[in-house]
Amino acid sequence: MAFLSILVSALLLLLPSRGSSAVAAAAAFASGSAAIGEGGAGEEDFSEALLLKPLPDRKVLAHFHFETGAPETPSYGRHHRLFPKSIAQLVKKFHIQEMELSFTQGRWNYESWGGFEPIASSNAKPPGVELWAVFDVPPDDVDASWKNLTHSLSGLFCASINFLESSTAYAAPEWSFRPGPGSLRYGTLPREAVCTENLTPWLKLLPCRDKAGISSLMDRPSIYRGFYHSQRLRLRSVKTSSDGTHSSIILEQTLTVVLHPNIQKTSTVNYGENKLQPSWSMSSLFGRKIGGTCLLAKSSNVYLQLDWDLVRELKHLQNGNQELGVESIMEESFLSNPAFVLSDEPDKVINEVNSRSEGSSAILYEFSVRKHSDLGPFDLGFTWKTPIVWSCPQLPLRVSRFLMGSGNERGAIAISLRSTRVREGLTNAQAMGESCKLDVNVFQVVPWYIKVYFHTMKVFVDGKPIAVSDIIEKIHVSPSEDKVSPGVLEMILKLPCSVDSAGFTLEFDKGFLHIDEYPPDANQGFDIPPAVITFPNFHVKMHFGEDNSSKQSAVLSRFEDNIPVRSYTEVLLVPLTTPDFSMPYNVITITCTVFALYFGSLLNVLRRRVNEEERFLKSKDKRSSPLSRLRSKLSTKLGGKPVVTSQSSARSSSFISLKLILKIILVAGIAIAWQYFSE
Amino acid sequence: MAEPETSKPKPRPIVRLGTLLISHSVLVSVVCCVAGVLALLLLPILAKNTYISENALMPGSASPMLSNLDVSDANRLVNDLSELSSRSNDAGIVQRLVGRYISDLGGEVGYHQFHPDSSRFHPLHFFSVPDTGIVQENINCSCHGISVTGIVRAPRGDGKEAIVLVTPYNYTNAGSADHLSLGIAYSVFSLLSQVTWLAKDIIWLIADSQCGEYASVAAWLRDYHSPTFSGFHANNSHTCDVITTHHDVKENVAKDMSSRDSFIRAGTMAAALVVKVVDRNEPFEDSLAVYAEASNGQMPNLDLINIVNYLAVHRQGLRVKVRKLFSLLDTKWVSFLAEVLESLGSIARRLNPQWKFGIPAADYVDGTATLFGSLYHQALGVPTGPHGAFRDYQVDAVTLEFSPRHYSISKGRTKDFILRGGRLIEGVIRSVNNLLEKFHQSFFLYLLTSPSKFVSVGVYMIAFALLVAPLPVAAASLYAEANCLDMSLDDDKSFSPPAATVNELVISERSWRWIKAVKKVLIVHLWGTTVSLLPYFISQTPSLTPITKLAVWGLFSVVCLLFPYFLLGSPFASVSGTEEYKHEWALLKSATISAAFIGLGLMSVINFAAAEFGALLMVPMCLMVQPLKLDLRARTLKNLARAAVNLVLAIVGLPPATYYILKCTFGSFDGINIEDFWWWVESLWSWNSATYLFLGMVHLPCWLLCVQILLHS
Repeated sequence: MAFLSILVSALLLLLPSRGSSAVAAAAAFASGSAAIGEGGAGEEDFSEALLLKPLPDRKVLAHFHFETGAPETPSYGRHHRLFPKSIAQLVKKFHIQEMELSFTQGRWNYESWGGFEPIASSNAKPPGVELWAVFDVPPDDVDASWKNLTHSLSGLFCASINFLESSTAYAAPEWSFRPGPGSLRYGTLPREAVCTENLTPWLKLLPCRDKAGISSLMDRPSIYRGFYHSQRLRLRSVKTSSDGTHSSIILEQTLTVVLHPNIQKTSTVNYGENKLQPSWSMSSLFGRKIGGTCLLAKSSNVYLQLDWDLVRELKHLQNGNQELGVESIMEESFLSNPAFVLSDEPDKVINEVNSRSEGSSAILYEFSVRKHSDLGPFDLGFTWKTPIVWSCPQLPLRVSRFLMGSGNERGAIAISLRSTRVREGLTNAQAMGESCKLDVNVFQVVPWYIKVYFHTMKVFVDGKPIAVSDIIEKIHVSPSEDKVSPGVLEMILKLPCSVDSAGFTLEFDKGFLHIDEYPPDANQGFDIPPAVITFPNFHVKMHFGEDNSSKQSAVLSRFEDNIPVRSYTEVLLVPLTTPDFSMPYNVITITCTVFALYFGSLLNVLRRRVNEEERFLKSKDKRSSPLSRLRSKLSTKLGGKPVVTSQSSARSSSFISLKLILKIILVAGIAIAWQYFSE
Repeated sequence: MAEPETSKPKPRPIVRLGTLLISHSVLVSVVCCVAGVLALLLLPILAKNTYISENALMPGSASPMLSNLDVSDANRLVNDLSELSSRSNDAGIVQRLVGRYISDLGGEVGYHQFHPDSSRFHPLHFFSVPDTGIVQENINCSCHGISVTGIVRAPRGDGKEAIVLVTPYNYTNAGSADHLSLGIAYSVFSLLSQVTWLAKDIIWLIADSQCGEYASVAAWLRDYHSPTFSGFHANNSHTCDVITTHHDVKENVAKDMSSRDSFIRAGTMAAALVVKVVDRNEPFEDSLAVYAEASNGQMPNLDLINIVNYLAVHRQGLRVKVRKLFSLLDTKWVSFLAEVLESLGSIARRLNPQWKFGIPAADYVDGTATLFGSLYHQALGVPTGPHGAFRDYQVDAVTLEFSPRHYSISKGRTKDFILRGGRLIEGVIRSVNNLLEKFHQSFFLYLLTSPSKFVSVGVYMIAFALLVAPLPVAAASLYAEANCLDMSLDDDKSFSPPAATVNELVISERSWRWIKAVKKVLIVHLWGTTVSLLPYFISQTPSLTPITKLAVWGLFSVVCLLFPYFLLGSPFASVSGTEEYKHEWALLKSATISAAFIGLGLMSVINFAAAEFGALLMVPMCLMVQPLKLDLRARTLKNLARAAVNLVLAIVGLPPATYYILKCTFGSFDGINIEDFWWWVESLWSWNSATYLFLGMVHLPCWLLCVQILLHS
């Protein structure tokens, strides 16, 4: 299947460009060399950025961001200078309005890596593959477009995305996944393994691949050694002209990895709070340095982000240590910083303004790669001087999902929400009055073999059972249909702001699959894709002052987008009843026995004419050999009939049988003796 | 040539074979029973060597990574614990110390506080899954424990599966061996918090064993699989509020802990290992005992035991033991049988060296002891350790009990011991971690004859099938005989002219005669059910001593028996007078045998070992039984012998008598208390053992029916 789709997509890519490939290449080359300085509004542009962020649990987050924009300009016709042609064709052919594809390995740790911030909200993805797309086609054609899209992407990215083609694998959420109308399709493959074979085609979409610029940092062993690896591709096509014929496409490619700076083992002898965070540099994280920029990139920056909580701690530290004032880490005089040392001087310090109520805000140090790699390879180093403990911005509610019950018959899915007590956003909401409500948007797709009974939903708030109608503002349920479609649950819970813990459970029965529907490792169990929890009241949005630094940098402008806070729950593994696949031999044996018995007796019945046979035997008895007479005698004895043969023949037969037995004993004795002496 | 014989329909061969068997039922019974017992005794010879069936496990393919650094960390914990336990007696401090150690490793820490389930008799919940509703009512308030849980998340895993490591630990009163068990688990845990190969999360449960090892693990599993969202303290306040004042200090600690963290969980459990260290003063070498029996004789997958055995023997050089019936080791008849079998084997080998029949006598004795040990523990239906709690949730679990060499603790050589134990646990976890699917390749139904030898279900079924096979044959032959005799009686009588109508009436009456016997069997089985329900009511009155309870039980059983006796009349009152119902007892025996056959067949599905023991007791009793009167009247040697054997069998067959006799022969000789039987029965029903139901609803009624037949006049 995958092979076929690769072929199809390859053809798809080749066919339109056959006529004018040479022209296109020449044009691309010419304009490519010319356009570096231009960067005009109507031009295709490419920008790259790397954001590094120390995490509280001694790890470092690296977020690569590449953005390619292709405004619809009549000058190139169907050809592109920077924009990957394959993607443009996808957009054109399937009328994709918006699409996101992510390959993820590992789990995002919402507690220690943060959840209430732009990177977590848009880059924390469930393990495996997640794909959603909004199509700009009539509602009837959406499914067909989706199916074709999955096959094309499967070929493009060397992944089994084509399994999302089956109607049991994807869902059409109405409003809970993303607000706003649109023909959205959503599917996940939790079991998809992510590897370099997925990264290579993704890198091919970049103009410089991983040969130059920031992407040259992507040393495969290093980035796959991390604790979290998520490779994402996001497409947006915006209609520019009023009639809808022209549209510009923006392709956003991000790679988010969480790495451990030093792998070598540290003994926990001097445990305690005062443990210095590990220092790191690009070369220690990735094993490489940035040699230069990608010449085609409009901007090529490296950012170092310090979380607002970390900034607050730093300020405390400064206030305590020396009376230098609050400005020192804000200013470029950061080298006198008591907490850490940077190896290079940043070009710019960007402050987040209008942040949360605490009065502190996140800080971003900007390093221009072009400037720093002039003298030699750019290697940003970060050395801690003082141990600092801080925490990441938390989600309003910590979400976890688990299975309840045991056995192969039934069970229950439970989603529990616990307050993290970090609710800065709520404080002003709470000021509005006691009627403050916290919206929680739940979107859950359940495969059909998990037969969820939606009427069994029970909701508990702070340990007390609550009527479902009291707490649910809006609910949309589409029950699963066996072997046709999955069950989808979309709902908005309205929790009181003072909620401490909440939970809801859904009971289900485990279904039976047909023997050929079992996946290869059926005994592992079956996955329930993660639930998507969105908090529509909360938006992650950063503001960066009035200087238009964010205008230059694509990654910062993404941070300024108004996205609701979203988190994914764990993937669940449900053990289902599985037949014993290793027993075909037994099955064959039993079946053959049954067949043999059946046909044997059937043939026996059909063939036999009892009366005639008896008569025949009787007539034959008179002149039969002694052996056959013996046999007939034995059979009559077994049958319980009186012996009809004459006395003399009986005597002779017994005599013969004695002789026969003697003979047999003799032969057996000889055999045993031979066996015994031959050893 | 048209003879009358040919016109008769000729019976099919299978029918002919059946009638042949039935007509020789005595021979068949004797041969089958003897063969069944022989097959059981031959099982140690037929045992196969274990092998690792699942290729993905790859035990021992990676060299152990557990280094001295981990071990010295663990040793530090052991020292801290022993220091703390000698200094203060406050439980919360130990929990917090262990919690801090786990969080320093980067693991998540959770505290689980619980009241264990009280062992209450639930007559109708023998096979049901623990339900939250029942659990609520069933909390034992007298004991309150706090367990510590640590979780290491697999760095690149998806968190769908988890491996559980359990160390029972008494936080208030722990010995040096308990500290060592924590040390072993901690060394592995600290290694696993750093490795990159982990694909499944690791849960380390340090179960508070002051309420019992099993109870704490079961309580944790119950909260893991069927949590109550209503919150723990809310429950406590209305179920256990009288006692909670008692635990004021501890409660405060618990509140402090629970406010910091709630119940933490990982994904579906793949396997569980219970690690224990006992100080048994092993003289020569470190040894490892493996316990695997869970409730109702369920066993974990054989592969799990295989990995443990393989790694312990071939990598760590530990001596692996499984539990055996030690009293069998010294018995004369086993050693005699072993000699005989050995000589038979040597003769067979002399005839043909290819025949691998027979094992050395010492091996045979050892294998028999182990086999009967594992049969016995499976038959009891009582789990042999905390691992039994996991089996109720379909998780394969095994208890590893290390007992260090005498001097390794006394001379402070704990590090070496921790290293060996830790490397074994690490290897097992690494193997399970390799596993993509859950355990399913290898056997679930097996008996061990040594740590590396097993008898699979296909082999041991033969012994049971041979034992049980004569039952239907004997029942059918008895029924046929009784019918034939009645028919001959009828034929003698019914010479009177209006034979046609009377004959039909008689025939119809005769063909329904069995219903009387079946009715009797049914009533006796109902009585058996009542008797097995009685302890529920007796145990409601708490102020009785076990002996009075036992006496009350026996008394009520007899009363219950007399009730139908008076209601329906004496069982044989109407029968004894008339000549033609002389063979009524044969029909009753036939019905009894059928009921016993059905009961044994059902039990063999639920708990094979219990059915096997039951068959050993019941089959001879059922087959031999005959009214004493007939035997005594005949007064031949054969008949007298039969009467004596019947009497002995009837005495041995009564469950209490069986218990005391077995206890005399195999158990300790230091005095038998009458109340022991009550304790034994109570332990059976408090562990929800199906053996109890079997005894009450199959064995006891069958025994009573046999006694009735015996006393038939």
